[in-house]
Amino acid sequence: MSEPEPPKAAPTDADRAELRRHGVLLTSMDELCAWGRSHSVWPLQFGLACCAIEMIAASMARFDIARFGSEVFRASPRQADLLIVSGTVTKKMAPAVVRLWNQMPDPKYCIAMGACAISGGPFKQGYNVLKGIDRYVPVDIYIPGCPPRPEALLHGLMRLQERIRERAVDGAGRVTGAAAAECPVPEYGGHDLEPPQNPGLWQPPVLVRKDGA
Amino acid sequence: MNVPDLQALASVPGPAIRAVHDEFHGDLLEVSMGPHHPSTHGVFRMIVTLDGETVVKLKPVFGYLHRNHEKIGENTSYLASMPYTDRLDYFCSMTNNWAYALAVEKLAGQAVPDRAEYVRVILAELTRLLNHTCLAGFLLQDGGASGTPLMYAFREREKILDLFESLSGSRMMCNFQRFGGCRVDPDPAWLAAARTLADGYGRFLDEFERLLTGNEILMARTQGIGRLSPALAVGAGVTGPILRASGVDYDLRKVDGYGAYPRLKFRVPLGDHGDTYDRYMIRVLEMRESISLLQQALADLPAGPIMDPKAKLRGFRPKAGEAYGRIEGPKGEIGFYLISEGGPNPYRYRVRPPSLINLTILEDLCLGHSIADAVVILGSIDIVLGEVDR
Amino acid sequence: MESAEQIRERILAGVPGADISVLPNPAPSAQHSILLGPGRAREIAIFLRDAPGLKLDLCSNATGVDWPQHGYLEVVYHLYSVELKHGPVVIRQRTANRGDAVTLPSLTPVWRSCEFQEREIFDLFGVVFDGHPDLRRLLMWDEFKDHPMRKDYVEPDDFEWEPTPHGDVLAKARGHYPAAVPKEGPAP
Repeated sequence: MSEPEPPKAAPTDADRAELRRHGVLLTSMDELCAWGRSHSVWPLQFGLACCAIEMIAASMARFDIARFGSEVFRASPRQADLLIVSGTVTKKMAPAVVRLWNQMPDPKYCIAMGACAISGGPFKQGYNVLKGIDRYVPVDIYIPGCPPRPEALLHGLMRLQERIRERAVDGAGRVTGAAAAECPVPEYGGHDLEPPQNPGLWQPPVLVRKDGA
Repeated sequence: MNVPDLQALASVPGPAIRAVHDEFHGDLLEVSMGPHHPSTHGVFRMIVTLDGETVVKLKPVFGYLHRNHEKIGENTSYLASMPYTDRLDYFCSMTNNWAYALAVEKLAGQAVPDRAEYVRVILAELTRLLNHTCLAGFLLQDGGASGTPLMYAFREREKILDLFESLSGSRMMCNFQRFGGCRVDPDPAWLAAARTLADGYGRFLDEFERLLTGNEILMARTQGIGRLSPALAVGAGVTGPILRASGVDYDLRKVDGYGAYPRLKFRVPLGDHGDTYDRYMIRVLEMRESISLLQQALADLPAGPIMDPKAKLRGFRPKAGEAYGRIEGPKGEIGFYLISEGGPNPYRYRVRPPSLINLTILEDLCLGHSIADAVVILGSIDIVLGEVDR
Repeated sequence: MESAEQIRERILAGVPGADISVLPNPAPSAQHSILLGPGRAREIAIFLRDAPGLKLDLCSNATGVDWPQHGYLEVVYHLYSVELKHGPVVIRQRTANRGDAVTLPSLTPVWRSCEFQEREIFDLFGVVFDGHPDLRRLLMWDEFKDHPMRKDYVEPDDFEWEPTPHGDVLAKARGHYPAAVPKEGPAP
């Protein structure tokens, strides 16, 4: 009786490159899906403030986000997979943003574009300004700038595409794999939103000065 | 009559769509348009009550972009508020800067050299071109021409933004005017580029107009829609192209005669009917006047300092008092009201937002029209939420 | 354009017995204002709007100001004339105090442009306008309880983060993180 064959080694990248040169594509379903997903990210048509204009400029003729696969900006969250939070998120607007995020089907991604979406930006000292959308919604890519140039948004999108390709497709399919798919929606309180942040997602950063003050 | 359970059908929890029973009108439908909506020009919400497709009531809801700019203004020095004025009407940062600089110059009695006045006019007219071009693009986008006029508009906008970027360092948030002049003196290369742009803009406008002005669909969608009577416009504080489209001759560049405008020749176009088509045409005509103003200002630009030599750059503390300064921005009268108590920060810093006050008549214009017309009317009022909510 | 004194004379001629005074403005802008006493503000406003030599039909700006040191809230209106192309005429109204007597007559029935601006002053300062057709909050949500533009408003504590905290931010942060990192001692 012959010995059972030793398991074949998985094809290396060099093997794949060789095969590709001969016109043979060797891949796995995961990789194919990830490749397809990364190259057809459709953003939600969601602009809050000044960064929205740079986002629109990125979709116009000079910068052309369509060549990265984001051909259309969908108006309905049910049809979009990327939420580009572009502009200041105010506390009045925050419940609507979270509700939109909840309505987007998985896999979904979020880009915080601009200083205001990352941390409140120049309007940080504001009674109505939410100091960063990552207090309620899990963010995958942060693009700094005020406003970031359209090229910066494209760079952020390319980085998001890389991250999508690096992750295998699994049940949740989300890039960060954090938090529940359904984020709790804040309510309007008497003085502030209730809750002021989503405790499952965001913890206040530790603020320690080196001089121990 | 069996009213379907709209709550169950709504994709948004809460009172986004609600059936309203009214014994005189049968069943009315209350729809919440916004704050996330493709055509509300930002995070603006309108609670529209519909009888079929006709608007019977429209209540706007503001505040989704309220960034308490005025409170920040009380806690920052005069100069440090200049970058915040860029972010008010984020399309037109140069004119916002100018309005604020004008108000502070009135408060402090600061003079401005001639060269700076002409440069301010050049930048303001470039901003007006940019704003009105984008408005035409957005208006048609709202009307359903999804994307193409906006592409043309943004192509021209990019050319103007290149000029702004090479002069001030930033495409949109220019932070360019200072109290007593401008931050940077444009060099001859920049002036030549501006001249080329001004000379070539007329051809772009001809192409744009050929496609749009006589366009059957545009005319059918906008003529007779949203008529604004002059009496209502003036009483409601409406200013800018909308007021002039209703036939009222009130352009601050002529009335107040600020800056270098008294020395330049231009006409003020007025509309006849006050409908949406007139509001669109006024902006096209204003663009042509802006090109002429640009060419005049570029030709007459005097030599001299760009900043008043006696301007106080550090430790700026105007004496106690108050001032209200206003200019004709592309959207209307943008004014700043400042109260000083002698300190480095203003005691009260108020922005007079043209977009918010122009929205006073939104309900009046939309009543009786269909909801699709309400979108086009809102587009023709030309609002920017950064200014409405500050 | 007439001076503030002349306008005051005219108002007294048109609305006899009105309680008005001229407040000079020391700044170089020389925009002096007319303080309207309580009671007949709306009559005076109608007179200003309709008087043949004034015709101040555009109320361009309505501002609220908080004066805790003087103990009142103030509303300032800037009036212009579209017909006669002059202006500004600045009129002011003051409340009795900052606590319970904060009602002023609304000028929205005279100039419709005050509609949203007075709502904003109600929202941010707390001045109640008597006669306003629709007085509710404009910029903040309806359940909000404070009047944020007042000078004594305290913001909610929001875990503001800065890389190099100092001043207010550091003071607030100490409330969140009472223990600082202890200095490292010698290794045991």
